Amino acid sequence: MNKENHHIVPYWVYFAVLGALLFLTLITVLITRIELGALNTAAAMLIASVKGLIVLLYFMHLKFDQKIYGIMVGLVTAVFIAVIIITFFDYFYR
Amino acid sequence: MHRDDEASKIGMWLFIFTEILLFGGLFVVYSVYRYIHPEAFKLAGEELDWVIGTVNTVILLISSMTIAMSISAIQKKDKKLALGLLYATFIMALIFLVNKYFEWNLKFDHGFYPSSEVLQELGHGTILFFGLYFFMTGLHAFHIVVGMVFIGFIIYYVHKDRITFDNHQLLENGGLYWHLVDLIWIFLFPLFYLIH
Repeated sequence: MNKENHHIVPYWVYFAVLGALLFLTLITVLITRIELGALNTAAAMLIASVKGLIVLLYFMHLKFDQKIYGIMVGLVTAVFIAVIIITFFDYFYR
Repeated sequence: MHRDDEASKIGMWLFIFTEILLFGGLFVVYSVYRYIHPEAFKLAGEELDWVIGTVNTVILLISSMTIAMSISAIQKKDKKLALGLLYATFIMALIFLVNKYFEWNLKFDHGFYPSSEVLQELGHGTILFFGLYFFMTGLHAFHIVVGMVFIGFIIYYVHKDRITFDNHQLLENGGLYWHLVDLIWIFLFPLFYLIH
């Protein structure tokens, strides 16, 4: 259809993204080596979410695509988070 | 012949959403069982080799970059570079699976496999942890195999000039699938290998 709109991502962007992802992986591994109790898991999940967002935006082209894709991904993520919250409400107040 | 790249891409994303919810369900199961058995999950998690987990994480991240770059290469009509990057992605997927093979083999040697005698003697939480570990990393490894078949077809089509600078939606869809595999691993890795 609108082939002319295809955005060509320069190679250096992908190198920079890989660098950021490897750096965040290193931080995750280091952070779990020190004892922080429950904070360990929270920090690891937070960093994983940032990594996931970077993959979605740059590798999966959400940043360069039409907005509808980002909206759909946001909705699916919201459904998943809602299921987690509802499940744990059930377990906490059983 | 009529072609609708946008519809093709939306179709791929819809499929990806079903995959996210499939793994999402498993992540819910994981989080509930970990909430019920925090100590067992912690001890069982320390049985896993975080070094091999980290190595596989790095391999998947690099392979995600190479397949993303192959799209830019094909758009710039650089068929040779695109093919090189696709072969590199394929080989890294293979290395990931070889590492997984050695990792699982070591677990089997130590008597850790679903419904093994060693596991039966350990607590309920340990059985659940290893059950989820084998099922989730196994399902993920299966996705790697499917991704390799997908990339194999893409390589063939690029060779035959059926994927070109103005007709590369199949390559983009393959890339999306491969990034999904990477995305799932990003969450599997800290939840299984880095419990501390």
